[in-house]
Amino acid sequence: MDFTSLNFVVLIAALMVASVPIMLAAIGELVVERAGVLNLGVEGMMIIGAVCGFIAAVETGSPFLGFLGGAVGGAVLSLIFAVLTQTLLANQVATGLALTLFGLGLSSLLGQNYVGMKPPVTGKVPFGPLADLPVVGPILFGHDWVVYFSILIIAIVWWALKATRLGLILRAVGENHDAAHSLGYNVRRIRLGAIMFGGAMAGMGGAYVSLVRVPQWTDGITAGAGWIALAIVVFASWRPWRVMLGSYLFGGITVLQLNMQAAGSAIPVQYLSMAPYLITILVLVIMSSGKGRAALNAPASLGQNFHATR
Amino acid sequence: MERRNVLKGGAALGLSLALGPKAVLAAGKPKVGFILVGPKNDNGWSQHHYEAIKKAEEKFGDAVEIVVQESVPEGADAERVMSQMALSGAGLIFATSFGYMDAVQNVAAKFPKVMFEHATGYKSSANSATYNARFYEGRAVCGHIAGKMTKTNKIGYIGSFPIPEVIQGINSSYIHAHKANPKVEISVVWISAWFDPAKEADATKALLDQGCDVVLSHTDSTAPLATLKTAGAYGFGQSADMAEFAPKPRLSSIIDNWAPYYEERIKAIVDGTWKTQNIWYGIKEKMVVIGEISDAVPPDVKAEAEKIRDSIADGSYHPFQGPLNKQDGSVWVKEGEKPDDGTLLGLNFYVEGIKGAIPS
Repeated sequence: MDFTSLNFVVLIAALMVASVPIMLAAIGELVVERAGVLNLGVEGMMIIGAVCGFIAAVETGSPFLGFLGGAVGGAVLSLIFAVLTQTLLANQVATGLALTLFGLGLSSLLGQNYVGMKPPVTGKVPFGPLADLPVVGPILFGHDWVVYFSILIIAIVWWALKATRLGLILRAVGENHDAAHSLGYNVRRIRLGAIMFGGAMAGMGGAYVSLVRVPQWTDGITAGAGWIALAIVVFASWRPWRVMLGSYLFGGITVLQLNMQAAGSAIPVQYLSMAPYLITILVLVIMSSGKGRAALNAPASLGQNFHATR
Repeated sequence: MERRNVLKGGAALGLSLALGPKAVLAAGKPKVGFILVGPKNDNGWSQHHYEAIKKAEEKFGDAVEIVVQESVPEGADAERVMSQMALSGAGLIFATSFGYMDAVQNVAAKFPKVMFEHATGYKSSANSATYNARFYEGRAVCGHIAGKMTKTNKIGYIGSFPIPEVIQGINSSYIHAHKANPKVEISVVWISAWFDPAKEADATKALLDQGCDVVLSHTDSTAPLATLKTAGAYGFGQSADMAEFAPKPRLSSIIDNWAPYYEERIKAIVDGTWKTQNIWYGIKEKMVVIGEISDAVPPDVKAEAEKIRDSIADGSYHPFQGPLNKQDGSVWVKEGEKPDDGTLLGLNFYVEGIKGAIPS
């Protein structure tokens, strides 16, 4: 294999950018699943975030408001899911899938008049001379603020789940909602909060696609990133830092396979494109093989509806 | 749909089965169906077909009923959609992407009196025609400009699927870039999609990261141009003029001009004179149009590019004129000769000088 023609500094910098949408969506979904809710509508929330973020950024001229708009859009869409599954006790898998289909259609409708427009540019964070350092410069100091935000949010979620009272309650709700309820916690309200956080993160991830990575609006722009985010949560066995690792791995392989083609490598790209999914399947097999510690990571109440009278 | 209409459709179909295309007219106004591979507002391939359809619709007004189905996946779904169109009384169906080829053949066999038109394919029958544009002629002009404009001597090419049409484009681009600048190298990235803006943008970034400063794309969205604009590199409009990206990064464009063909063929159905055919039109017949060459291109390069365009149009030059060698160094086209269309339509190898392998 010929790696000599690849520039690894550029590659790492590129994979950090390519991973942002799936990382944001995955960390949001991680919180949702740790609260015991399985929301398969990540793709739908991402694309709604992409279109809302795009519209907000074009209308206001501010990329920051664009990301905010994307987060709000994703959160509002997730509210539909929350009402259906938490209040009306609809099946979570079916509702999540429906949410994706609905989101794809609605985004196409909302985006009709925004095709071909250009969003305001999200600038790089000015680190001054630091960005000119060799190797570390492009990797650590050459990005826009959302890249740093995505890492920060991983750290916050990790800390909140591990060290705060809120995190403990959230995990309790996800592990055993009946017990949490009997202790006096409002299971539905906590899950609602988690679902909306998940929606906001997915929406922001979507906005990153339409505002930075592509940057324009076209139908179906997220192209399956939401499904990859779902796979990453499982791959990460519901641990925040592993979400970061998984996102860089998945994002990295996408960038690597394109770069290897551009550099004229001889290995068939299909193998590389396949790799993340193979690893996910492998992780699932190891997890479900029983006794190991990994199997204990899945929240015990994942995907189960809760009603106080049961 | 009401049962009455279904019966009417069935009756129309039955009649058309018995009497041929003219009967469709007899049973009411002719209905023409189109299926598009992407959204009708993709800014590229599908949008351009759609605009041509709109022109035809304006021209025929109430005389013809036109139905359009967008974002039809290539494969079994396409068969289902076309069968549905045929059942609901369409007398002529246009399938506007290469990947519909086998679906068109299957449906055409089931509905012998419904006429089909397949874009860019190579299979036809008594009731299915093919139409294609010689995009490689446009690539020759763009390739020349690319070779002159690159400073790093590396140009990139985003391929969709390794089909003859795309390979013609890569070869033609490279041949003419190489003639313009013997030091030029080409990097090809395959993304296995016609329309995937995020992937197209990523592929463009990867090519830029590898040192390319002019990127040609053979995909349907404007994402490559949007990415090139941010990076300050150059590219070309593909399928549509994409003039909103001029003068930089869009240096020129290859415009697919389908409208005259659609009008001609719909008229043939109305008149009952439709016959199967395989046409492959180029710059000469104005099915391929070169968009305005922008001011970012120096005047002498612009003049050279226009000369290539005009010599292709008047037939004095063929983009695959010999001598040309295959990638492995063996002779493909001898000095002074040119390949026949059959060879081009089955093209599955790179010319000498292009590195890398075509995925299989």
